[in-house]
Amino acid sequence: MNRLEELWLTVSVGILVIFMFIIGYQTFALGMGPPSHKETIDPQQVDQIEPFDEPGLKMLGDKQYEVVMILQAFAFTPSHIEIPIGSEVEFTMTSKDVTHGFQIPGTNINAMVMPGHIQKISHTFNEPGEYLVVCNEYCGIGHQAMSTTITVK
Amino acid sequence: MIKNSVALNKLDSKLVMAHMYVAFISLFIGGLMGLLQTLVRSGTLVLPFGISYYQLLTVHGVILALVLTTFFIIGFQFALMSKTVGMSDKQRDSAWFGFWIMLFGTVTTAITILLGKANVLYTFYAPLKAYPTFYIGLALVVVGSWIGCFTNFRQLYVWKKKHPGEKSPLLAFMVVINMLLWFIATLGVAATVIIQLIPWSLGMVDTVNVLVSRTLFWYFGHPLVYFWLLPAYMAWYAIIPKIIGGKIFSDSLARLAFVLFLMFSIPVGFHHQLTEPGIDPVWKFIQVVLTFMVIIPSLLTAFSMFATFEVTGRSKGYTGLFGWLKGLPWKDVRFFAPMVGMITFIPAGTGGIINASNQMNQVVHNTIWVTGHFHLTVGTTVILTFFGISYWLIPSLTGRKLTKKINTLGMIQTIVWAFGMSIMSGSMHIAGLLGAPRRSSYSTYGGSEQATEWIGYQIAQAIGGSILFIGIILMVYIFFYMVFAAPKGQEEFPIAEVSEDAEPTPKFLENWKLWIGITVALILFAYTIPFLDIIHHSPPGSPGFDKIIR
Ligand code: HEM
Ligand SMILES: [Cu+2]
Ligand SMILES: [Cu+2]
Repeated sequence: MNRLEELWLTVSVGILVIFMFIIGYQTFALGMGPPSHKETIDPQQVDQIEPFDEPGLKMLGDKQYEVVMILQAFAFTPSHIEIPIGSEVEFTMTSKDVTHGFQIPGTNINAMVMPGHIQKISHTFNEPGEYLVVCNEYCGIGHQAMSTTITVK
Repeated sequence: MIKNSVALNKLDSKLVMAHMYVAFISLFIGGLMGLLQTLVRSGTLVLPFGISYYQLLTVHGVILALVLTTFFIIGFQFALMSKTVGMSDKQRDSAWFGFWIMLFGTVTTAITILLGKANVLYTFYAPLKAYPTFYIGLALVVVGSWIGCFTNFRQLYVWKKKHPGEKSPLLAFMVVINMLLWFIATLGVAATVIIQLIPWSLGMVDTVNVLVSRTLFWYFGHPLVYFWLLPAYMAWYAIIPKIIGGKIFSDSLARLAFVLFLMFSIPVGFHHQLTEPGIDPVWKFIQVVLTFMVIIPSLLTAFSMFATFEVTGRSKGYTGLFGWLKGLPWKDVRFFAPMVGMITFIPAGTGGIINASNQMNQVVHNTIWVTGHFHLTVGTTVILTFFGISYWLIPSLTGRKLTKKINTLGMIQTIVWAFGMSIMSGSMHIAGLLGAPRRSSYSTYGGSEQATEWIGYQIAQAIGGSILFIGIILMVYIFFYMVFAAPKGQEEFPIAEVSEDAEPTPKFLENWKLWIGITVALILFAYTIPFLDIIHHSPPGSPGFDKIIR
């Protein structure tokens, strides 16, 4: 190999390695990795199985909430949730039919919600306002209508 | 060395041209769908006759990402093989057989989509359920392409037998690498389609394992994009140097890059599944690291290309830090179109690194940013290189000339494409960062303020899309002009020679057993444990859903 080429490869591969260390550190030391919850559920019995037999907003402690949510074509249950400002919310979700997406534009909340799998993702809502929630995985003819809101106040 | 003056014999030309007809007709249909999509998404157009947006999108994805690319690539590769290692009558027969199977499969799938029974998009994620002929047609396309693979393998094998001890021609080596990559990758999608989806859509089994199906799909889905990219790299490495009046910078570097693509483009599919439940985060991360490895051969390629350009420019007497740029034939569309594609790969590749960056993926996953990304990679870098190839390949096969007029029109086409794409892809990137989802028909999301912000970018996409559609019309016109109307003559089939300064190619670069062995080992390393884990922790299967897509 030619000298310039060695330099080019060494510098760029060096940058890639540093980059990977940063990603690895954020993922494993800071717990910022993408949502990868591993519990499963029978997709045809969702309504009968805890906690999805009672979907809704649950208070866990001071400013701590859990939202148990069912996604199905083309709705989120519960919808139009209200939560107090500064709350840490954990979303526990599954699908009753096909694969859906759960995205809150303007935040880093973005997770796939698949039938047979329980997905979890958390977020602390520090800014007041009405947040839009959209399904971002194609789920059928009404996919573009699948949305709801979360009001933080 | 290879003779450059004569194009292919008549029979081989006919075979290649058959693939090209399918490719360019697909380009037209797919482009029209693309235009309509942008119009619907911007709220300017409501589709008549109850046609669904998702039907258009399924046609667009299948016909451009699967049909256009596969037919163009296999046709182009047959031209390269015929030129460099030759094609026997028997090999040509099997190539035709593969072609007809692929075409039959394409038509079967297309009819199913047009009847509205397969609005499942080109990724056909279960448990959305299409009518069985959709999957059967796709399986036939894959099987037909396998016949192409084995024909190419056989061609090189026979050549090697006749030329003991010689290194294989560079382009033939590259074609075989790409077809190996394709064969190994399509085993995954064939497995989910044939073992899981066809029996399930026929009603022979009740349920399907969704995560297994997605994992097999994405085992195929990432190498798929390298199957598109490598033919463009073939043209960059081995054809463009000839067009600009230079030589190949280094034969061994080119081969090394292709070998690295074979090894690292497959064990990385999880980077498309980063936000999915049920996959171990450690294995997601391992595949992210492997994904970063595949950046290295692209860096090698960038270096080789710019080295070739600089050496060629300087050899023509241009000096200065950037003065050699003037030595390049900017007015030759055979260079200009792929060059614009190459330059596009700089932002396109950067976007790809962002997409693959584990947690950063959450910012853009399934937003229209991703759509913006691959309209730069496949929709510009790859497609403009394919157009650049067509300007000499088509006339050299039809015994016509690339005229000055068509050269100029091609330059205009390239500029129109780059301009339209900058607008469309640029606004897709921005809207995506603001959170606008991909694969979504027009929606105000209940009058939400945020969604109102997206509409402006959707309108910009429609403007870019309309300009792009002009580019499509120009290109389809150029294609048919070169086939039927251009003046008769002989157009060069440009294949570059290796520079005298390049080091000799070491023998181990052609050790196929070694490369296939490492490739398989890496796949087993990256997939065995997480895949067994997925199967082990499988939930009860999902029944099919076909009503919600009609
Ligand atoms: C006239 C030119 C084109 C226009 C106007 C156009 C427009 C679009 C639009 C608006 C979308 C997506 C919309 C959505 O997610 O809802 C899309 C998706 C897509 N386009 Fe294009 N496109 C063009 C050319 C191409 C080309 C040349 C290729 C590839 C060779 C291509 C490949 C794709 C693919 C693979 C998708 C994804 C489909 C999916 O998400 O299911 N497009 N295009
Ligand atoms: Cu949806
Ligand atoms: Cu990928």
